[in-house]
Amino acid sequence: MRAEHYEKDLLEGLARNDDRATSAIYKENYSIVQAYILQNNGTYDDARDVFQEAMLVLYEKSKDPNFSLTCQIKTYLYSICRRVWLKRLQQQHRFISANEGFEETVAVEEEIEEKEKLDQDFVMMDTAMKSLGEPCKSLLEAYYIHKKHMVEIADEFGYTNADNAKNQKYKCLMRLKKLFFAQYKQPQ
Amino acid sequence: MEDLVLLDAIERYLNGGMSSEEKAFFEEMRRQNPETDQMVVEQQMFLQQLNHYGERREAKHHLHQVHQHLLDTGDIQDSEPVVKGAVIFQLWEKHKRTIAVAASIAGITALTISGALHLLSPKAVDNNYLQNLSRKVNELDAKSKATDKKVATIIATTVAKSPEGTQQLSAGSGFLLDGDGYIITNSHVVNNASTLVVVNKGKEFIAKKVYNDPANDLAILLIDDKDWKPISALPYGIRKGAVDLGEEIFTLGYPRNEVVYNRGYMSASSGFNDDTLSIQIAISANPGNSGGPLLDRNGDIIGVLSTRDREANEVVFGTKSINISRAIIELKKDTAFRNLNLPNYSSVRGMDRVQQIKKIQDCVFMVKGY
Repeated sequence: MRAEHYEKDLLEGLARNDDRATSAIYKENYSIVQAYILQNNGTYDDARDVFQEAMLVLYEKSKDPNFSLTCQIKTYLYSICRRVWLKRLQQQHRFISANEGFEETVAVEEEIEEKEKLDQDFVMMDTAMKSLGEPCKSLLEAYYIHKKHMVEIADEFGYTNADNAKNQKYKCLMRLKKLFFAQYKQPQ
Repeated sequence: MEDLVLLDAIERYLNGGMSSEEKAFFEEMRRQNPETDQMVVEQQMFLQQLNHYGERREAKHHLHQVHQHLLDTGDIQDSEPVVKGAVIFQLWEKHKRTIAVAASIAGITALTISGALHLLSPKAVDNNYLQNLSRKVNELDAKSKATDKKVATIIATTVAKSPEGTQQLSAGSGFLLDGDGYIITNSHVVNNASTLVVVNKGKEFIAKKVYNDPANDLAILLIDDKDWKPISALPYGIRKGAVDLGEEIFTLGYPRNEVVYNRGYMSASSGFNDDTLSIQIAISANPGNSGGPLLDRNGDIIGVLSTRDREANEVVFGTKSINISRAIIELKKDTAFRNLNLPNYSSVRGMDRVQQIKKIQDCVFMVKGY
């Protein structure tokens, strides 16, 4: 019972971006995943990338109020990492040794599907942001990501008043939108 | 301007920043005007995406920090654990005598073998057997030189930036690592040159050498020219993982004054004389291809083309992409270059080759040394 509480606390902490909870989950699970990936044609860098991707999945899930974990965090993370890594090997058309690992796993197909969609959204927004140029990029980041107040932003970017900054922000937002949606039309 | 007012209204509506009166009015407008309604829905979706993007970016950043912190405290490792000195010392103490005997035998054997090897192996390895693929300009035949000159005089009136009255020493290829104008090429392409000019689609830019590592045959240039317009996103990423034998590899480079595409495959995972920092590619390459990118099917960089075997056809060697990352780490120790960021994702993954080349060739340059 106590263990279950502990895991629940960790998940709640993760959702808040709490340093202690994130570090604890990271520390307890990283080595197993690293060992698995190193055994299966991966590098130390691969292990870090894949593990962090799985942590992101868990993070998104932990913020969803309807989500409840039906297995241990360890099993969940390991299962996701395993699926992600096998898929990556497959995409690279590399041969996979049939090492399945000895850890217990759960079905995570849904998570993987969702993850791929989220990854794609992220890359699209990232590409749009990067091709936006300055000062638009910093302006939008300040308002929508760092949640700064318009008055503060006007001051920082040297606009005469908050209204001016706001108009500029809307213009930038429209450009970002255009760049973002243009990628849907491009043949992938 | 009207759009801006509407956008502002939508954002306040979604934030709950409207008075109840205003809100009722706005909702009425939504009902009556389907276009406005659609804009609200679209804006809501887009802001959610943007919000999500921000959260995810922060979370990624946080994970990196945690990773780094745990590395520092030693809770996780990111390389082979180092064997402790104490253990080795104990082993040495224990087996000192045996090892001494074994070593002397080994020494004698080694001497005999190296004697034998000397007879069998080629005398000088370096330049006799490997050919740097930079183009020595005076090696070009007279005819093409004449044509070049004609072209040069035409270009000279418009964009030429080559220093007047100096002789071109070498030419090779190079490619962008960062849209701000960082170009990687081979050390042997730019050695001895006092002035460097890079060319893409007939436009010349002055560049300066900011990093040089002759041991790994890599050099990094920075375009230092007011005509240069930074590129915001590069089409390729840098591939970190290992490359398998037989994977298709392609390259773009300037063995002529025009960009040339070539295709081949990965033929060995080590380079000349088992050099593990380079790879062997079966591809046709000519002087001038040196410093060009080696790309996999997804359009990710796997290395830098550098030399070919003089004796054999289509045996070309390239420096592995990990050396690029290492060079960048070295370069970034100088705070002036802290803003350099390697491209992460290939945006040409899944496109057909013609489309990939169209995007990538904008980032591949001819490098000329004077």
